[in-house]
Parts: sequence; C-alpha cells; structure tokens
Amino acid sequence: MSFTRPLTASLEDRAAASSTPQDVALDLRGVQKTYDTPGRPQVEAIRHLEFQIGRGELVCVVGPSGAGKTTLLRSIAGLLDLTAGEVVLDGATVTGPPQGMAVVFQEYGRSLFPWMTVRQNVELPLKEKGIGKAERRDKVDRALAEVGLTEATEQHPWQLSGGMQQRVAIARAIAFEPTVLLMDEPFAAVDAQTRAELEDLVRSLWKHLGVTVLFVTHDIDEAVYLGERVIVLSNRPTVLMEDVRVDLPAERDQLTTRSDARFGELRGHVYALIQKAKAGERPDQPVPDEEA
Amino acid sequence: MTVPRLARKAFMLLGLPIILVAVWWVASAGSTSPFWPPLQTILETFPATWTWDRIVQDVMPSLARLGIGYGLAVVIGVAAGTAIGLMPRLRALSEPVLEFFRAVPPPVLVPIIALFAGYTGWLGKIITIALGCLWPILLNTVEGVRGLEPVLGDTAKSYHLSPWRRLVFVVLPGASPRIFAGARQALSIGVILMVISELFGANRGLGAAIVQFQRSFAIPQMWTGIILLGLIGVVLAALFKAVENRMLAWYVGQRQIERGE
Repeated sequence: MSFTRPLTASLEDRAAASSTPQDVALDLRGVQKTYDTPGRPQVEAIRHLEFQIGRGELVCVVGPSGAGKTTLLRSIAGLLDLTAGEVVLDGATVTGPPQGMAVVFQEYGRSLFPWMTVRQNVELPLKEKGIGKAERRDKVDRALAEVGLTEATEQHPWQLSGGMQQRVAIARAIAFEPTVLLMDEPFAAVDAQTRAELEDLVRSLWKHLGVTVLFVTHDIDEAVYLGERVIVLSNRPTVLMEDVRVDLPAERDQLTTRSDARFGELRGHVYALIQKAKAGERPDQPVPDEEA
Repeated sequence: MTVPRLARKAFMLLGLPIILVAVWWVASAGSTSPFWPPLQTILETFPATWTWDRIVQDVMPSLARLGIGYGLAVVIGVAAGTAIGLMPRLRALSEPVLEFFRAVPPPVLVPIIALFAGYTGWLGKIITIALGCLWPILLNTVEGVRGLEPVLGDTAKSYHLSPWRRLVFVVLPGASPRIFAGARQALSIGVILMVISELFGANRGLGAAIVQFQRSFAIPQMWTGIILLGLIGVVLAALFKAVENRMLAWYVGQRQIERGE
C-alpha cells in the first residue's frame, strides 16, 4: 500500500498504526527451508518458524552462528524460495523481492556499485521507480542527510571508510522508502566505535521514519540495545527458541542504556538462551542426554 | 609534476626505444648486405615510400578494415558473451564449441574464409579480423559476467532493477575489467590479422605493400613498412590505454586502495 508515502511519517501515524494488534507488517507462517541441491547432501536449514512483526516495530533476530539467520533473511527478502510455508508482507505473499522492502546486506563493500558515485548508488533504485529528476535529487539529498553523509557524495564508495560505506547502503535503502527494512548483520565488519554510532543511527532512523525494521545480528548486546523484541533462534535446523520482549525505555543511548540493570538482565537472559541453543537444546526436542 | 619527475618519466618511456634504435643504427651502419640495409638508408627511404598517396591507398583501407572487423568483434563478443554468461544452460551448451574455435589459430582460417568471401575484396579480410578478435573478447566477457559479485545481483533484484537497467548499470560495468582484458588481447590479434589477411591475393593494403616490396627486392622499403606497422601498433595501444583509463578509473582506484597503495 504505502511505498509512496513520504520519507518522514510522523510518530503519531506510527503510534496509531501499531496500536491495532492486527496491523501486521510481516507475517511468517510455517516457514521451512531445506536446501536440496542434486549431488549434495540435503541440508535442513529452517525447520519451522512462525512469528509476526507489527507495523513500525524494530525487531532483532539473534541466533548461534550457523543458525540460518541469513537464510531466513533471504527468504523474507524474496531472494530464496521456501520449501514450505509463506512470508506475508502487507497482506501479500512474498514470491519475489517485494516492492515495499529494502535490504541492507552484511557485505556493504560488495553491495554498493563501485563504478558509481555515492549519489548514483542511492539514486539508481529511484530511477527504476520512475521518479522525476528534481524529486529524485531531493530524495537522495534527504536520505544522505539522514545518515549524516552530506559531503563525499560525488566520491566512489571504495574511497570511503567501512562505516561510511554502510551509511551509503542505509541511505540507499531509506531513499527507496520501504515499509519494511531488512538488515543482515550490517555492522559485523566495522569497528566497535563506528558500530555504536551506526546502531544509534538505526534507532534514530527507525523513530524518525516510522519504518518497520528487521535487524539480524549475531551480537547479543546489539540485539538487546536496538530491538523492541529479540527473536532468538535455535541451532540448525532452525526453530524459534524464544521471542523476548525488550522493555527498555524508548530513548536509548550507548552509555545509560547499556549500564541499565534491566539491560543486563535481558542481555543475560538472551545470552543464556544462545548458550542453550549452541549446546543443542531446542524447544521442539527433549534436551539431549549428556554423553549418552 | 616537477621537471625532474617529468624527465624521469620521459626517460622511462623512451629510454629503451632510444637505446634499441641506437644499437640498430650503429650495428647496421656499415652493412653491405642487401637484406640488412643500414638504418640510415631505411629512414631516408621512409618519406619517399610512404607518400600521402600511399597512405590513402594502402594504410587507410587496412586501418579501416581493422576498425570494422575489431568493432564487429567487440559488439558481437560482448553481446554473445553477456548472454552466455547470464544463462547457465546456454553456457553448458556452447562451451565445448567455444573452446574448439578458440583453439584454432585464426591465420589458418584465412584460406577458408577466402573461399567463401573472396580473395580480393574487403569482406574476407574483415571476417578474418573479426573472427580472430572475437574469441578473446567473447570468452573474457563470459568470465566477467559469471564472476559478478552475487551480492550485487541480490541488490539489483531486491531494488527491482529492470533487466535493461541491470544490464547497463550492473552487469556490463561489473564485467568491464574482464571485457577490457579481452579487448586488449584482441587488438594485437587484430593488427596481426590485418596484415595476414592481405598476404594472400591482395594488391592494396599495408600488409600487401610490405609483401610486394619484399618480392620486388625493395628491401629498405620493406623495412619502412615494418617500422610503420610497429608505430601503428604503438599508437593503437596508446589509444586503447586512454579509453581503458577513462572507463575503468573506478577499478584502478579500487584496486589501489585494496592493495594499500
């Protein structure tokens, strides 16, 4: 419905929208994915996943390494065919990359087009949408300003630092004005300080733009700091371990939030879940016997 | 650039050619062999041999055929290579055939092509040049398209880029470093084939002129033809480099940063 809405939706809109429980942006129904390549052993990546993300929510997905996080994200993005189940975005089943969705990939250095300038990178999807030149320019400028990139717009991505490149990728995504923004471990390859800045950028963009965000990460602190909910995945074949509600204040900052007692509790809880998941404990199976 | 650095660069560029010419000059100075005339004699013969009339009659047509044949090879090679690179089925189907044709040395095709397209006209020569230049461009384009970063493909898909935009803004630029590598190889093959295509039954053209000089024992003139050919090669390579530097500036810059230069 609303990939044509303005870049900045007001907070009231979002509050009103998310107040109705049936207003679901993204709905995963019995999602299952088994890789079945001829000549190779079958790999059951996702056994069963079922969860919903409300409109305007910021949800993080964490899991032990190899939990099929990227498989899940690529399925939601319509880049991968499911074995069973369906992903429903804004009421429509995802069969290919959906219109109202933008993805920020982990490999920022490889998802930006190195032969284009920063501006051209952000502008290309808008050209495809058939937006006029003046409006395009305006949208690109605003998206770049949102991520704090006002200089260097005529440079090529590879002339920028890793953090800056990921800002370009984020700017490209928000200029596209998606209803749902998918982020696949976007900050895994940047240094800790840059990472903290980018986390705050995601929080502020989310509040500002009213976009629904699904943020996949392997970093427990990051998940708790960013999310309103943290979806914890089991080891492979993936099922849902727990859907953890993060009841931290809406205003978060690196210093106070991370030293908050509640943050510590939540972090500890998610950490314990991940440890269990790593040890092979799964909600769909009894605990495996030690040294059986 | 400062003057000493400029001088250094000029020396790096011209130093070896100057030394080689000097060695040739000195070594051939007193030569009385009819096949090995002194360089001085060759250079004195040059202006009289390559008159404006001869350039228009022989050099220009040769270069025009090279241009047309090479241009055809680039267009066909990039188009077919992109199609093959993008479609795994087509690739599986065509790979053995491509490998076969690549292994056939282009000069042996000259007599065969001449049978169909004639010995004397332009057509046979253009086909010879185009066929010889085609394979390196085509095979490199296939590899370039295949080697495209998968994340870029995902990005293009998730932003709904149309097939045309994907081709123009993603696939072709992504494959361009390989395409240029193939085109560079093809250019030197093209120059060789430009000459070879004229060796059989042509009476005008740079290659034909060199053969005629040789057959009429106009040895210094023959040498001037070879020198001219070399100079044409240098100019073409420089032109190619200029185009490449412009089109692949992003690639060169990215590689320098990756290597920490």
